[in-house]
Amino acid sequence: MADVQNTTGSTTAGSIEVGTAGAGAQLAGPGTGRAAVQQPIDARVAVKPSYDVNDFPVPHGREEDWRFTPLHRLGGLHDGTAATAERGEDKVEFTLPDGVTAETVGREDARLGKAGTPVDRVAAQAFSAFEQALVVTVPKDAVLTEPVKIDVRAEGGVRFAHVVIDVKPFAEAVVVLNHEGTGTRAANVELLVGDGAKLTFVSVQDWDRDAVHVAQHNALVGRDASFKSVVVTFGGDLVRLHPRVNYAGPGGEAELFGLYFADAGQHLEHRLIIDHDTPHCRSNVAYKGALQGQDAHAVWVGDVLIRAAALGTDTYELNRNLVLTDGARVDSIPNLEIETGEIVGAGHASATGRFDDEQLFYLMARGIPADEARRLVVRGFFAELLQQIGVAEVQEQLMEKIETELESAV
Amino acid sequence: MATLEIRDLHVSVEAENGPREILKGVDLTVKQGETHAIMGPNGSGKSTLAYSLAGHPKYTVTGGSVLLDGEDVLEMSVDERAKAGVFLAMQYPVEVPGVSVSNFLRTAATAVRGEAPKLRLWVKEVKEAMAALQMDPAFAERNVNEGFSGGEKKRHEILQLELLKPKIAILDETDSGLDVDALRIVSEGINRVRSTGEVGTLLVTHYTRILRYIQPDYVHVFAGGRIVESGGAELADKLENEGYEAYVKGGASE
Repeated sequence: MADVQNTTGSTTAGSIEVGTAGAGAQLAGPGTGRAAVQQPIDARVAVKPSYDVNDFPVPHGREEDWRFTPLHRLGGLHDGTAATAERGEDKVEFTLPDGVTAETVGREDARLGKAGTPVDRVAAQAFSAFEQALVVTVPKDAVLTEPVKIDVRAEGGVRFAHVVIDVKPFAEAVVVLNHEGTGTRAANVELLVGDGAKLTFVSVQDWDRDAVHVAQHNALVGRDASFKSVVVTFGGDLVRLHPRVNYAGPGGEAELFGLYFADAGQHLEHRLIIDHDTPHCRSNVAYKGALQGQDAHAVWVGDVLIRAAALGTDTYELNRNLVLTDGARVDSIPNLEIETGEIVGAGHASATGRFDDEQLFYLMARGIPADEARRLVVRGFFAELLQQIGVAEVQEQLMEKIETELESAV
Repeated sequence: MATLEIRDLHVSVEAENGPREILKGVDLTVKQGETHAIMGPNGSGKSTLAYSLAGHPKYTVTGGSVLLDGEDVLEMSVDERAKAGVFLAMQYPVEVPGVSVSNFLRTAATAVRGEAPKLRLWVKEVKEAMAALQMDPAFAERNVNEGFSGGEKKRHEILQLELLKPKIAILDETDSGLDVDALRIVSEGINRVRSTGEVGTLLVTHYTRILRYIQPDYVHVFAGGRIVESGGAELADKLENEGYEAYVKGGASE
């Protein structure tokens, strides 16, 4: 029986603005009293995916999927100018456990483009313009005890990147893609999770303050496979990530966790789509962000589609934001679109709270100094999410990063 | 012996049409071991006194002095006041999402005591204090004040009082919103702290009900932003019978 919740809550105060457009779940199907919605379900998927940048018009900022993004800060990734600008270089270091391979391949390699197609102009631009792709393969049945690490240090200029992580059936792997340095970057990351395989993919955006990074992550989750995405965004001037999940067979499970910390002037945007078109799959989304400083801006859009064929789907998505100072802005929009009532559960929640003067006073009145009070609250806010990552090394690294962010607190 | 001396204290808040004076010259001395009840009608300024002593940023001190053992309390930040031994049990404790009670208590105790309490002793100390207040051990894992009932919030405040062992405890309407059982449990907690003889207690209340459980040494009637009458416990009986009418009619209250 369908257990449909619509618990979009938001706490607003001061200068916090919480986007509500489209926040209500659009419910349709048996038991909802509404006719099933015919295609196109949603404006965001109505755009026909394509590998060719010319199939997308140049966005102007009023389009639904671009309306929060400051286009003038994209470094020309959206309007073709970046494609003709000077290309930059990456320094990449690999940590590859036994059996895992990393290859640099040309555009014609048959393994590219299997997990999903670019859904916006920047992703298509990246696909149209990349010169070489990286293919990391975890062989069938390999159960890795150490993470695969890909440490990317960008050294300025424009980069169009393409990465394929191919985890073969019944293999288990943790892959950490770490980004540092600076530059203007558009990328597609393909995550192929074979039948019965388990992949934890961690993407860390620890950029220098002036970096621009736009990327689409396409996961294709095999039959009875488990996929966990952990997206951690701290750095950059503008970061816009687009994690997407599709299921290749029934019994697949996807967990998408995200953690971001926006400082003054930073624009950090995460747009997720989970497309349930296969029966008996699960998804769980939890993104948490903290913001501090003037014009710190976080955007979170979580779209979950449950198509008519996706019987027995179980999904939940959550976004929480903690605003630490005045002047920050959050837009948080969960969308749930359901074409069948024959599901296990579907729900979403979004809330933006504020670390306010009263909380600070309460903690200080117990002897806790102001900076420690703020740390206590932020640590507590992220702790629960960190525990769910399940990779001790990554958890520790992230906690350290959070501490560093807090030390720069205003 | 610790002494809190409040002299001619004037406090204002920012209102729409400029600052509004709420405390209009408060004089009061609280010594360690003593219990003073501050009683007054709504709007008389008694809560403002409590929050001003703790240093809430909403209130601006415009005149007078507050000394704790000769140290200028008004010069101290909020956390420094707590470390100096001033404790405010709040009428409306705020929620702190994501911070567990156990983490909060230990962080506070570490700050106030100047060093982290030894873990094993601390666990025992918290356990006993919670048991005495009839609090479920699971309470320690909940987030501070999040989803707490009125009674739970007040027990949690008194739990902090017992653990932080201040020199001066200011209890702002700790009795409000409590049923008889909860009032008794909370009052017993306050009495345990009082019985050590090491705390001066400032009990701010609207009702005389809590004074059946906590015997004050002094009762002060607060009206119009200052103390208008002081006496012993018998003054509370008079208020019980006659209410605040005499003080309000005099135009002393706003």
